[in-house]
Amino acid sequence: MVIKAGSLVDPCSTRITKTGAWRTFVPVFDHEKCIKCSLCEIYCPEGCIHQEEGLYIPDLDYCKGCSVCANECPRMAITMVLEEK
Amino acid sequence: MSNNTANMKVVEGSYAVAHAVMCCRPDVISAYPITPQTHIVENLSQMVANGELDSEFLTVDSEFSALSVLVGVCAAGGRGYSSTTSQGLALMYEVLYNVSGLRMPLVMNVANRAMGAPLNIWNDQQDSIGARDVGWIQIYAENVQEAVDATLQAYKIAEDREIRTPVMVCMDGFVLTHVYEPVELLDKEKAREFLPDFKPEHILDPARPMTFGAFADPSTYTEFRYQQFEAQLKALSKIEEVARQFEESFGRYYGGLLDGYFLDDAEIVIVTLGSVVGTVKDAIDAMRSEGKKVGLLKIRSYRPFPVQALRKALKDAAVIAVMEKDVAIGGEAGLVTDLKAAFYSSSSRTPIIGFAAGLGGRDITIKDIRKIVEKAEAARKGDLSEFEFLALRKEIL
Repeated sequence: MVIKAGSLVDPCSTRITKTGAWRTFVPVFDHEKCIKCSLCEIYCPEGCIHQEEGLYIPDLDYCKGCSVCANECPRMAITMVLEEK
Repeated sequence: MSNNTANMKVVEGSYAVAHAVMCCRPDVISAYPITPQTHIVENLSQMVANGELDSEFLTVDSEFSALSVLVGVCAAGGRGYSSTTSQGLALMYEVLYNVSGLRMPLVMNVANRAMGAPLNIWNDQQDSIGARDVGWIQIYAENVQEAVDATLQAYKIAEDREIRTPVMVCMDGFVLTHVYEPVELLDKEKAREFLPDFKPEHILDPARPMTFGAFADPSTYTEFRYQQFEAQLKALSKIEEVARQFEESFGRYYGGLLDGYFLDDAEIVIVTLGSVVGTVKDAIDAMRSEGKKVGLLKIRSYRPFPVQALRKALKDAAVIAVMEKDVAIGGEAGLVTDLKAAFYSSSSRTPIIGFAAGLGGRDITIKDIRKIVEKAEAARKGDLSEFEFLALRKEIL
């Protein structure tokens, strides 16, 4: 990536600018407990939780570790774990 | 400086500058009136109303809005102009950084005035010197002619694609804005040849969407600041180049980055900026006739600060005395601090002494300048007073 003077940026810049680096805690999903209610997907303020092959998976390139998904999960299937960097 | 006196007119400084702005053909003028800048924008408003100038003149609710509007103007590909002073410049502070950070080549005349409190409408340079680090280029004018010429030059410097940095053309409030003196007004056609239409590389265009002023996280913010830093360093040669191009077109030149007066054999050099330069020249004439080897170095470009040019110009001085119309409360003052910093890494150990003078419109007289020279002579003998307020009225303290 080369920056343009004046912080001019082409559209869709977050495709290249990953914003997940702020995260301190990372959500860890227990797929055994998951009932596929999709509340985590709906509540995620970054829109970065999606189903992949039937399982809900957070996109860690953009997940900020805000814990909203863990808080909303009715089955306590999501645990926030301190991420070692 | 070779003026063709046949083309000279006796006009008010503010009119002369407004006329220069007209010759620069801004698409939008956005300003809020404030003493002593008012006559500049009043004249521009009149020119637009008379149909002499095809610009949109926006009357806004504050200086903050005045400059914010121009951010939009620049992003849309227009040439923008504003002018302000003192509290008005302070109210623009947040936007000053946005303009320079967005690399918008705006030009603004600052009619230098003291900062309140205490309330004071008279001239000093606390306002723009206090804004020395906001990323704008700052050029200081000695007289009305220089303010006129620097305004046209400023757009050429600012809009250069290698530079893309806004410029403040600083002229002392009242002393230059309200004085009537002979000026050669710019020729419109010659100005057009000198300054072509503004054609920015990137504009806000729905056909080719782009984000202006994107968020920059810790991984890129430093690099954006570095780009601004580099652009100002490049401006050092650009300012000189544009001053020389101006000389070719208009026949006037008074230094690009700085200028000297009796500098060659000067033992004591007074360094200053703005309209007080004229008084210093008169004082030097008087002292030279008495055999005193006093010279002057005038700073034209304060930002970028011309470190190498200053080291070269001042290499033979025995004492450097800086006189400036600002004070860095709790430190010393802008120019003297910068000058000391410029010399610290050089081999020179010339004493540098500083004086805050002419604050809040107090006249700086020839007697005051003689006092500075006396202090410089004492410093040469080892009695070094690093920084002081010139002509301080101790009797009222």
